[in-house]
Amino acid sequence: MLELRKDIFADERDDNLKEIGKGTQRQDMLGHITGTSSYFGDHKLQGMLHLKVVRSTQAHARLRRIDTTEAERSAGVRRIIRGADVPRNLNTLLSLINFGKDDEPSLAVDKVRYKGEPILAIVADSEREAFEAIAKVKIDYEPLPTVFDVEDALKPGAPVVNETYPKNAFIYHDVYDHQRLRFGDADAALATADHVLEQRYQMSPIEHAPTETNGAIAAPDTNGRYVVYTSTQALFFSVDTCAKILDVPSNTFHFIGGTVGGGFGGKVDTLTEPLAILGAMLTGRPVRYVFGREEEMQYGPPRGAERIYIKDGVMRDGRIVARKIRAYFDSGAYTRLSSYAAVKCAAHLPGPYTIPNVYGDVYCVFTNRTPATAMRGFGVTAMDFAIECQMDKLANLVGMDPMEFRILNAYRDGDMKAHRREAKNTALIECVQVAAEKAKWPIRDEFRRASSRTDGGGSRAAIPPTPTDSRARPTAPAQQRTSYDRLPPTVTREPPREPPPPSPPPPSPRPVTPSHGATRFSSVFGTRRR
Amino acid sequence: MAVTVKTFANASEAAGALSSDRSARYLGGGTLVMRALNEGDVSISTIVRAQDQALSRIDASGPRVTLGAGVTFARILAERDLSFLHAPARSIGGPAVRNMGTVGGNLFAPNPYGDFTVALLALDATVAVQGGFGARDIPIEEFLQARDRQAGTLVLSVSCTRPASADAFRYRKIARIKPKGGSVITLAAHLPISGGRIVGARIALGSMAPTQIRARAAERALEGRSLDTATIAAAASAAAEGTSPSDNALGSAWYRREIVGVHLRRLLSGQE
Amino acid sequence: MTKIPLQFRHNGRDVAIFVDGGTNLLVALRELIGDMTPKFGCGQGGCGTCSVLIDGELHLSCLTLAETVAGRAVETLDGMKQGPNLHPLQRAFADNFAAQCGYCTPGMLMAAKALLDRNSSPSRADVIEAISGNICRCTGYEPIINAILAAAGGRASA
Repeated sequence: MLELRKDIFADERDDNLKEIGKGTQRQDMLGHITGTSSYFGDHKLQGMLHLKVVRSTQAHARLRRIDTTEAERSAGVRRIIRGADVPRNLNTLLSLINFGKDDEPSLAVDKVRYKGEPILAIVADSEREAFEAIAKVKIDYEPLPTVFDVEDALKPGAPVVNETYPKNAFIYHDVYDHQRLRFGDADAALATADHVLEQRYQMSPIEHAPTETNGAIAAPDTNGRYVVYTSTQALFFSVDTCAKILDVPSNTFHFIGGTVGGGFGGKVDTLTEPLAILGAMLTGRPVRYVFGREEEMQYGPPRGAERIYIKDGVMRDGRIVARKIRAYFDSGAYTRLSSYAAVKCAAHLPGPYTIPNVYGDVYCVFTNRTPATAMRGFGVTAMDFAIECQMDKLANLVGMDPMEFRILNAYRDGDMKAHRREAKNTALIECVQVAAEKAKWPIRDEFRRASSRTDGGGSRAAIPPTPTDSRARPTAPAQQRTSYDRLPPTVTREPPREPPPPSPPPPSPRPVTPSHGATRFSSVFGTRRR
Repeated sequence: MAVTVKTFANASEAAGALSSDRSARYLGGGTLVMRALNEGDVSISTIVRAQDQALSRIDASGPRVTLGAGVTFARILAERDLSFLHAPARSIGGPAVRNMGTVGGNLFAPNPYGDFTVALLALDATVAVQGGFGARDIPIEEFLQARDRQAGTLVLSVSCTRPASADAFRYRKIARIKPKGGSVITLAAHLPISGGRIVGARIALGSMAPTQIRARAAERALEGRSLDTATIAAAASAAAEGTSPSDNALGSAWYRREIVGVHLRRLLSGQE
Repeated sequence: MTKIPLQFRHNGRDVAIFVDGGTNLLVALRELIGDMTPKFGCGQGGCGTCSVLIDGELHLSCLTLAETVAGRAVETLDGMKQGPNLHPLQRAFADNFAAQCGYCTPGMLMAAKALLDRNSSPSRADVIEAISGNICRCTGYEPIINAILAAAGGRASA
């Protein structure tokens, strides 16, 4: 049951809470319990046609020939749509905020980069007739070497998944093949730490599995406009994405959505709307494109896989003195939102702890897997899993209680975070204390008395001297325990292969950031000074 | 070409229609055939139905039990005389699936489904089928081995001998979701006891091969022995022998091989 | 294409439609009768959001060949309200916050109705079993279970 701990931070809040702690009826509840809430699929339009896509059976292949002769003649087929029919076939979702290059076709043209990639769209009178026509399409594939592992994808000579990013890594600001965080001298601190613990963590893709599958219905309206009923979680984002792909002003569309049968991040990719609208444009009829369950599970974008290496230096008294992290986001064959996930991940390091020396490299990597997308806390979830596993292991290593170990290392108000911003309203200590109390987990008095609002700041507010990468000390050989650390620093930290051909900067993609002070804050919008 | 539905008054006519058309499937409870149609399986263009009362008959009065192919799992659960089959029937789907799914259809259900068939395999059931050349009885093991070629035959009923005691037949389904989910593995054991020793042991496994199979090595370890700790340990260690599980979303082949012995030991020793 | 005439009772009313061969009951209800309360979630029997009652028994409409309901009584969420009044289950779902996105709600309510129609005082375990074929991805099972128990309790005391 809900319990409000108003004693904590009582002075920070107007205590006249009118809503929190009280039950308030959802405004859509009556619709839900009577079955009258209107989801996109609850619109049946006169003369509606059905769109289904032909999906690649190969994970990576050149398309030699697409033969639709028989399918064109199949009963009930109104139109077969190819990549060439899509006004601006190539797009990337975050291009709307000028982030990333157009790298993903609505319909594959000369190459497929993951199993299940759409190649053709077939519009027919019924779903059955669309399926029958799909069975008659003949596609001649020339299989290409595949890569399914993020670290393999970054090795020299790996198959190039997505030619827009020939090194299989997303390129930030036209220069950087990963996100970096440098704070203090992690290598020096590791060399003097009492214990060093290095671990590898991995998380598989996770499907959102919404009960309502992705879908849209588009219908010609008066005045050359189109009404679009959609399952999207991001209605205005989808409007603009469709306007770009179909090369028309966004006021061409009247999008109706908002009642979504479960999303969790899996309905932001605008996968069905552009083809449904194009189908309506090309046939003059309402067109419905909805994923089947297998399509949703197999080819709907999942939370991406991640691989994370953490190397921590900890002192006998339990203080973590250095944290070095290397993380890989498996974006699948296209960018979608993983580029942003990597930014969020880098911004989250080193977790909610005050660690004087932090070093992070976060890559967004392309492989021949289903493109990944957003899902509840994406960019942070797997990293938090890894960090908190690591915290338990570190506590065990120094013989400390894991709750007390977290309180000892927790950030406090006034501390300097690795991003050179002051920590405020941290409250982690209080959360751990309440969790311990609820779990009847005994912690010692000094930890029960600890507060996030005392003992922060001061020396903990200082920004430590931070060597630039070129002057970074080599790692002490004794602690080189994995291939990650055995690689020479230059190889480890720099892109393993040739830099991309365009863009002005020479092949020294080193951030030209000052080593201290209020400086570069990695965000999707680029360099920011504060 | 759209789907044609052919409905017949008796099973033999339906069997004739089924065997003469490669694109025909027999519609039992709908949980396999309608599912295939919903997913766009265009290899099915004829649905054959039979409204024959014989297909939904239950004969559970004597030592030999016969279940019409169209008997649903909900009906088995409602039948007190079939209590030995309640555990496998209850382990299938939710209430709606049990109201629809049939004994006959379950014989064709691919991994990770087909749990009831695991029980029938351990019970050495006989499958009565009607093909183009008349009716015949097939031992269930033989039926399953040739399952790929059975789409054109109509299953009429399944029969088996009632176990001598509640203890002689045991069933266990391992799922990741509680209370219901697809099978990681499913186990059933028939352990007739004669003079304190097991005679005619049959162990059946689901999700351990492309179809339900018998764990023959484990059966051999039990045969002629009393069900003591040493015997159970020997059977458990032989459980994975001869199996060929595959990877799916519920578990890897490796994991299935690792746990099948653990669960067989628990099944045989009566542990929860 | 040959159309098959089909008559059945839909929420207490006789309906007559023509269906294509192979049409499932979910499509018939939604597209031919216009009852949008049962939803498509999987088409496989995995999610339960298309659940309806056929002659009082819980069935999955997406796996039911439409013509098999000829002459039978089909109940959906659309028929659950009693005139302008909510059914006790609907009221209990609202009072117990048992819906989030609402997409599983029609199936949950029909599964709950199937249970309470034959067992007016179910145990918690009975309720869990009754909705075990229905998936809620917003993970609101606890409020749903509580709502069904509340509806049963209210009914018993009434």
